[in-house]
Amino acid sequence: MQITDISAVELSRKIKAGEIKVLDAAKAVLEKIDALEGQINSFVTLDREALLKKAEELQIKIDKGECNGPLAGVPIAIKDNICTQGMLTTCSSKILHNFIPEFSAQAVIDLEKAGALIIGKTNMDEFAMGSTTETSAYKVTKNPWNTDHVPGGSSGGSAAAVAAGECFAALGSDTGGSIRQPASFCGVVGMKPTYGTISRYGLIAYGSSLDQIGPITKNVEDCATMLELISTYDEKDSTSMDRVAHGYATDFTSALVEDVKGFRIGIPKDYIGEGVDPQVRDSILKAAKALEEKGAIVEEFELGLVEYAVPAYYVIASAEASSNLSRFDGIKYGYRTEDYSGLHNMYKKTRSEGFGPEVKRRIMLGSFVLSSGFYDAYYLKALKTKALIKQAFTDSFKKYDMILGPTAPTTAPRIGESLQDPIKMYLSDIFTISVNLAGLPAISVPCGLDEKGLPIGVQMIADSFEEKKLIQAAYTYEKIRGSFPTIQKGE
Amino acid sequence: MSELINDEVIEYVGILAKLELSEEEKEQAKKDMNRMLDYIDKLNELDVTGVEPMSHVFPVTNVFREDIITNADSRDRILANAPAQKEGCFKVPRTVE
Repeated sequence: MQITDISAVELSRKIKAGEIKVLDAAKAVLEKIDALEGQINSFVTLDREALLKKAEELQIKIDKGECNGPLAGVPIAIKDNICTQGMLTTCSSKILHNFIPEFSAQAVIDLEKAGALIIGKTNMDEFAMGSTTETSAYKVTKNPWNTDHVPGGSSGGSAAAVAAGECFAALGSDTGGSIRQPASFCGVVGMKPTYGTISRYGLIAYGSSLDQIGPITKNVEDCATMLELISTYDEKDSTSMDRVAHGYATDFTSALVEDVKGFRIGIPKDYIGEGVDPQVRDSILKAAKALEEKGAIVEEFELGLVEYAVPAYYVIASAEASSNLSRFDGIKYGYRTEDYSGLHNMYKKTRSEGFGPEVKRRIMLGSFVLSSGFYDAYYLKALKTKALIKQAFTDSFKKYDMILGPTAPTTAPRIGESLQDPIKMYLSDIFTISVNLAGLPAISVPCGLDEKGLPIGVQMIADSFEEKKLIQAAYTYEKIRGSFPTIQKGE
Repeated sequence: MSELINDEVIEYVGILAKLELSEEEKEQAKKDMNRMLDYIDKLNELDVTGVEPMSHVFPVTNVFREDIITNADSRDRILANAPAQKEGCFKVPRTVE
């Protein structure tokens, strides 16, 4: 067994017990990276020397007992739209090709405070707009299970890095499924918590009302542990929720309990119907059955409005993106065009040269749906649809503790397949998107492989602030499932 | 297919979005946006009479905090990211003649 085979929590335990040195853990991930990066391309930024130096400094702190958190000494990767002080943060876009943040995101600060070792920045779809990590301006990340396939997106670099053992855990961000879908495609655990649980301070905004940071990990215990560390109330983010003050505790690791007796689980009929790959459907139903055998009560039901989530999402997300991305103007940071005549020409040329096609597509759509004359017909209509979708979930959670279904209708598509048809790509997010619209927590846990050997993920969704139910059910399922096959590469 | 997005609308949206598209990009954008709008028009099947638009999932409004400086002076590091700077300021193209 190699160091990179163990979980993040287990690694930290061994480091604190003096069995493994932080430097050895850092070197182990660097070896993996050396062996696999050429095929996978998970990272956009990596500073080896700084990493080794930080590892030694961290070891001294741990030895002195100054740093004994649950992830002390663990190498963790950060998605490239999350600011890291002094380390390039590009959103995988040309327009931020040289941006070095002056501060770290609160989630990064929390992880570092707990002794995590930040190793680098992972590739993503440009500004998190995409479902395959192919819209990155820098490189195409490959699925470590089969490099002819995409890792999913937009947090594809983070999910691929965790799956390949290039880090022990990673942060991603999820606006419409960008943590859960790549986690599903790469056979790892990914969670999007309730909106407001993790500070968005330092997360470069895409759709502010939908964006949440979350963990991508090897197992449910690592996920709960990491989530607990970064779920801090932050007055720097006005949408941050003081959960503890409102009675929604964040002691997520206390839910690592093997018990689902009496759990009421609903499977939306639309989540296992037409358009879902039969192998994915079978795998999901098998996972549901396993929970049922442990005492959960499982039934199918009509959730309703499922087909309206994607169109409502694209109106809202694009509208917010068009506003959020107006800050990239070639003045304060990032790229500025070489030749221009006057201010407005500079803005236009900078943005046109700095943004890729998918980002432009969404900014254009967003500007249109917010423009006078079309605002009511599109933007307001989408916000009203969002209210209806939220209501449908609220009604469901009167009957069920959680909703279960696939994270994505298929396993990872082949590279190059998705970008040819944007609407088809958008539809692949049909089961994850409504969760963001309703601000709910959801987790993706690996539950099987298809005949091509590509991972399938089961998604569990709970009502707002009910992460502990998800963690308990996911943990129980993981125990029933047993160890998930690991990728044997780079040995 | 929807024909809402014509040349004139593309020009207008380009001004709003501060994007300068090539002729080829404009044609593609017209096609893409019309197709997206066709798809988005699915929302018209829903009766939303009397539904309040929901911009935020939780009823949080006006979050205030004391206006106290908590960060150190980081002007130089902030300016280091600027494409052009001069005497401690962002340098921009001439805006007033």
